[in-house]
Amino acid sequence: MGMTISEKILAAHAGREEASAGEFVLARVDFALANDITAPVAIQVFEDAGARKVFDPDSIALIADHFTPCKDIKTASQVDMMRRFAKKHGIAHFYEVGAGGGVEHAFLPEQGLVAPGDLVIGADSHTCTYGALGAFATGVGSTDLAAAMATGKAWFRIPETLRVILNGRPGEWVSGKDLILTIIGKIGVEGANYMAIEFTGEAVARLNIADRFTMSNMAVEAGAKAGIFIPDDVVREYVDGRVKREYKFYASDSDASVARTLEINVSSVEPVVALPHLPSNVKPAKEVKDLTIHQVIIGSCTNGRIEDLRIAARILKGRRVAKGLRVIVLPATEAVYRAALEEGLIGIFADSGATVGPPTCGPCLGGHMGVLAEGERSVSTTNRNFVGRMGHPKSEVVLAGPAVAAASAITGRVTDPREIMKENSQ
Amino acid sequence: MIRGKAHLFGDDVDTDVIIPAPYLVSNDPAELAKHAMEGADACFAKRVKRGDILVAGRNFGCGSSREHAPMALKGAGISCVIAKSFARIFYRNAFNTGLPILISPEAASDIESGNEIEVEPEEGVIRNLTTGKVYRSDPIPPFMRELLDEGGLMKFMMERA
Repeated sequence: MGMTISEKILAAHAGREEASAGEFVLARVDFALANDITAPVAIQVFEDAGARKVFDPDSIALIADHFTPCKDIKTASQVDMMRRFAKKHGIAHFYEVGAGGGVEHAFLPEQGLVAPGDLVIGADSHTCTYGALGAFATGVGSTDLAAAMATGKAWFRIPETLRVILNGRPGEWVSGKDLILTIIGKIGVEGANYMAIEFTGEAVARLNIADRFTMSNMAVEAGAKAGIFIPDDVVREYVDGRVKREYKFYASDSDASVARTLEINVSSVEPVVALPHLPSNVKPAKEVKDLTIHQVIIGSCTNGRIEDLRIAARILKGRRVAKGLRVIVLPATEAVYRAALEEGLIGIFADSGATVGPPTCGPCLGGHMGVLAEGERSVSTTNRNFVGRMGHPKSEVVLAGPAVAAASAITGRVTDPREIMKENSQ
Repeated sequence: MIRGKAHLFGDDVDTDVIIPAPYLVSNDPAELAKHAMEGADACFAKRVKRGDILVAGRNFGCGSSREHAPMALKGAGISCVIAKSFARIFYRNAFNTGLPILISPEAASDIESGNEIEVEPEEGVIRNLTTGKVYRSDPIPPFMRELLDEGGLMKFMMERA
């Protein structure tokens, strides 16, 4: 019996020839990361256990991105704890605001710190983002991360695979976000619990790396342990020159066993939104009538890449955002910010009446830089629309891709981009 | 042996509901406990008594990887969570932080708010003392049992390193 890409990566890191779904293995991790929420707990666990040194200072990243630039004394103290731990253990990959740095799951791939074929764990649920590169990457809690920092290992139950076969050609305003929301809408927020989602099919070749990062990123919103693509030339082009160490392309065997298969014709996928309060509450944007909004967020580990900002800028160029609406654009990394500046996107946003802030997770989790009051509603390119996610328990988040977010920014209500960009449609 | 009153919640209780992100600036269970389940019930932390049991539907603990979620529940005095199913990361985190969790769709469907519940987590036995009904939860996988027997994750991993 053949193996899936997930089984192959986990087997290789457990020092085995074979592994199959349901087995438990102790495996070597290539890279481990934590942020300003999860690292402090991990550091405490690490020290309480009497661990003296980290397994490899160059294979750990501590990234302050959730409450940064630090919003108050408590958050500054959390980051200070990370900074001191990094210094003590010689962890060079410590990043906060400024030169280098940004939202972890956009930043680490951009810097070439995670690679195809890697086994990565991160104390952040969206660690699954790196599946876009053909890595097996999964989110864990702080204690698992502490154990990995001390030993370089973690335990895994080898997951079953849910194979999503993507065929067809996505429409002009359909991006990775619309595809993954459509998939979550079909399978539900528990539809892939404990499983690896494997994205495959002829349409994958038409998806750029940003679309793939977005899709892998939100695999966890269906409960998945990983969201993995079989790496191809698009991945090769992305990692070439970024990744400075050896890496490996894995692929599933043709006779590998999968638990479930789901076929999606991407030609028929429309620009969609996920209405409150679950990412599975998905509807075509054009069917959502007169849902007024108070804020738009464009950014995050899900949709804060340069490709996302280009889509938003195409729609916002030469137009004004709705009166009274707060439109906040947060490039996910310093490099994305710089690229947006050089391409003239920052000027387009400023001219439209949007504001551009620093790279931060901030508003996605109701942290800062865009928290909602009671009764307010935001369209957001982030990943969760749970009760109270972006602020008051009686506020609401509508999840969307950058095109729907930008179109909604112009009208002040949930809007299909094709309503604004009619002149471009055939 | 665990014994306490049942508090009921529905499906897909996410970690933002269990402990909203703005409170993740503390690693102190007592501090986190003040805001436990705040997203679903603003008065929960005041109502809950030490030893009480949380009973929920499917996919309990979905969302973020914050270990503060089981820490906040433990800090609030919750002795055990019984659910129809758990989200993956929460399941690991509860296990790693010593919060007993049991999967029993039957118990989670039957138990009513305020029922007096007795749990033997090691054996996976749940008794509803109010109704007299007894349930068996899914057993803990042997690998995880071994990990527990050896004193928890850090000890287990460091001894093998």
